Amino acid sequence: MKRFAALYTALDATTSTHDKLEALTSYFAAAEPEDAAWASYFLAGGKPRQSVPTRLLSEIARERAGLPAWLFEESYHAVGDLAETIAHILPPAQRNSELGLTQWIEHRVLTLRGAAPEELRTRLINYWDELDWGGRFLLTKLIGGGFRVGVARQLVVRALAEVAGVDHKRIAQRMVGWTDSRQKPDAVRYLRLIAPEATSDDAQSGAPQHDSDLGLPYPFFLAHPLQADPATLGDPSQWQIEWKWDGIRAQLVKRGGRVWLWSRGEDLITDRFPEVAALGEALPEGFVIDGEILAWEPGASAPLPFARLQPRIARKTLTKKILADSPATLLAYDLLEAHGKDLRMTPLAERRAQLDALATTVDSTLARDLLRVSPLVSAPDWQALAALRDESRARGVEGLMVKERESMYGVGRTKASGTWWKWKIDPYAVDAVLVYAQRGHGRRASLYTDFTFAVWDEADGVRTLVPFAKAYSGLTDEEMRQVDAIVRKTTIEKFGPVRSVTPTLVFEIGFEGIQASPRHKSGVAVRFPRMLRWRTDKHIDDADTLAMLKGFIDDRAG
Amino acid sequence: MNIASDQADLADLVVARPEGLYCPAGDFHIDPWRPVERAVITHAHSDHARFGHRHYLASRAGANVLLSRLPGISLQTLAYGERIDLNGTTVSLHPAGHVLGSAQLRIEHRGRVWVASGDYKLDPDPTCDAFEPVRCDTFITESTFGLPIYRWDAPQTVFDGVDSWWRHNAAQGRASVLFCYSFGKAQRVLASVDAGIGPIFCHGAVEPLNRAYREAGVRLPPVRLVSEMPAKDKAAFRQALIVAPPSAQGSAWLKRFGDYSDAFASGWMRLRGARRRRGVDRGFVLSDHADWPGLQTAIHATGAERVIVTHGSVEPMVRWLREHGLEAGAFETQYGDDTVEADAAGADETAATGSVSFEPESVGKQNESADKDVTPVDPESSA
Repeated sequence: MKRFAALYTALDATTSTHDKLEALTSYFAAAEPEDAAWASYFLAGGKPRQSVPTRLLSEIARERAGLPAWLFEESYHAVGDLAETIAHILPPAQRNSELGLTQWIEHRVLTLRGAAPEELRTRLINYWDELDWGGRFLLTKLIGGGFRVGVARQLVVRALAEVAGVDHKRIAQRMVGWTDSRQKPDAVRYLRLIAPEATSDDAQSGAPQHDSDLGLPYPFFLAHPLQADPATLGDPSQWQIEWKWDGIRAQLVKRGGRVWLWSRGEDLITDRFPEVAALGEALPEGFVIDGEILAWEPGASAPLPFARLQPRIARKTLTKKILADSPATLLAYDLLEAHGKDLRMTPLAERRAQLDALATTVDSTLARDLLRVSPLVSAPDWQALAALRDESRARGVEGLMVKERESMYGVGRTKASGTWWKWKIDPYAVDAVLVYAQRGHGRRASLYTDFTFAVWDEADGVRTLVPFAKAYSGLTDEEMRQVDAIVRKTTIEKFGPVRSVTPTLVFEIGFEGIQASPRHKSGVAVRFPRMLRWRTDKHIDDADTLAMLKGFIDDRAG
Repeated sequence: MNIASDQADLADLVVARPEGLYCPAGDFHIDPWRPVERAVITHAHSDHARFGHRHYLASRAGANVLLSRLPGISLQTLAYGERIDLNGTTVSLHPAGHVLGSAQLRIEHRGRVWVASGDYKLDPDPTCDAFEPVRCDTFITESTFGLPIYRWDAPQTVFDGVDSWWRHNAAQGRASVLFCYSFGKAQRVLASVDAGIGPIFCHGAVEPLNRAYREAGVRLPPVRLVSEMPAKDKAAFRQALIVAPPSAQGSAWLKRFGDYSDAFASGWMRLRGARRRRGVDRGFVLSDHADWPGLQTAIHATGAERVIVTHGSVEPMVRWLREHGLEAGAFETQYGDDTVEADAAGADETAATGSVSFEPESVGKQNESADKDVTPVDPESSA
């Protein structure tokens, strides 16, 4: 635990990729396989379930520290992170623990779940008393939920590849599904992860030797945003062009008579989408399809907004009503495995031809009905494509995907094997007024950087500011500091961590989607709002109106 | 006996005025931010020591540094513990442990004792006299790090961390650039690191303070100015520690070191968010202010029944003290600020590099600009 906590602290303390890699490799080179198994699980993004409710965790910590609730609260708002706050306020460690990471996780952390409050109190205080600052921070993150490590999965892959002397693409391939919480990381699995020789599930074979790995997807190939003029890409005929769908990226795996549906975050979501699973059942053996899950009503010309998919993910049980309200479909755009053969090194154009063939020639009529292939978009030149792209909103898409016809299916965001570009439409944008501010988290902790924005409501002949969106990203560090200072100077009232401010600042707020929402005071809900820029040139009277905002909804419907 | 004289006896020994904290009985100000007749200066950081007062009173230990920053002022100094009479009040200065020459001001009048802390820390520091608790009825305290999240590691632990970072960089052949405030922190770092690891260089803003410290008898290791080296000579810095003010971060000046790792030494580095915003490779948690336990210890040690908080986390400290049975309140001052971000280190350098003119007539001009510059600054900075 001590060594992993030291690694965690080291990764957190540095911004240098080189230093992070160094810390990772020296950790893995020395760690016991069983500890390395858990460590790589966490580093790759594996999250333990929250084992102690937040309220109880805070209460035990502040009692231990002898602080009143208000001061704990005040401290939390200055820090912006609960586990960090707790690590700061606890009295110095009493003892020293030599227990390994696996012991800590399996005998201490995982067994906290469901324990009675009194037992939790005794155990937590004992655990904290054995750990230094870094250990406490790590432990509290692990039990309090919200655990994450500031290290890219690719870097973990590289470190493991270096320690094991194995090609990093092979490790990446083996790591898919590594963070699937149904399987406990252990020494055996770890040793298989870093095994030097090719194991049968590495490539070319659709028959992994271990049953648990049977349903694994391939690492997703990701697109890059296209910022340059598309004309720089040359002849459009060299590119496969599709709409950019706004859904859930997913791989549908059919092997050994079973079906798995994986999201891009490598969560297994088969049971969330029985319609897509049904497609999988109807597919032949040894097929893997890459595509986008969309909410799409039968016969409709465009998909439903992304928000309609959310209940399918969020709700614990899928009721008939949810299934009916957001009928899902998989729009296929790539074929990664056919008849048990890995196609990723085959050029995209050829994979696409095989996908089209599958859609028309598959034996099962059910599969023929269910398998929809993402249509190709064609136009003689980039200008014509740009004109099509301008129709994106009406079509319910986010723009165009521009994929090199010769591209292999690479791992992650690589450009080494041919590039995929996402040519997105500009976001919606309105000029809005900052009305509330709250202190941020993470790198924005202590600063007032989380804002609520309002537009003018001119109903009933009176102009009032109506809040419609919260946003915190989009400013430079320097702008953050300046806005923070203004917030402090123009505060009207404090409500706990939130301050209302005299409206003086105007920002251009961008967002990806908009929907009517009776739950919001403004009557609209926007998706992914963020600050595009600080309009220092505008007075608050120049900000946009609610009527204009609502106009976007109508545009969309048309 | 009459009621009026009773009231006079009970009147506060220090009150907040627009120009600064003021002692009505002794007719003098404490670290005022607007020009006054007589100013008692707790220490030479520029949110406490400003140009423009007619007479200055400060500790003898800090005279060098104060004069290097405010050349030409009319300065009277006192040894720590030495008592003088100011208009019927008995006044003395006592070590505050913050930076060289920093002092707490003790005021005694008709049997009552008030102490104004200025800035202080309890941790050991080889470059200044250690904080000395002074018994009093009313204690005026800073509260820069007045939240229980601020707890410092022992300074030796921090310097061990600095040494191992430097050693590691030196082994890799890259320079170690450590940002810290030019006055106080820089000298504390210089006096505490293991000078055997490699050569030490400093930025032009740090050197005048080093000189003032050395003249005051503080032992510092040999330090060269970066500007002494030929412009293209990157090799000279490969094993070196370079001490620079925070304002140097992101400047073209850093290009001359070639490959380097950077770090920032400040109490604010305690919080991960602040550290990440700072955008340096490493953050060392090293402060010249008291941490939360230190503030409690210091306040308790004075035996004061009344505490007045001047700057930093004022509201939480006041409420906490009240809940612990003390009479607590606050003075609005222009010392420090609760923002982590502000650091007007630029002004720090103006003073430190000696660009301030010695001509008396220019002093008035300095005042004007000082007056306009009322923006509160980072409490750890000297600007």
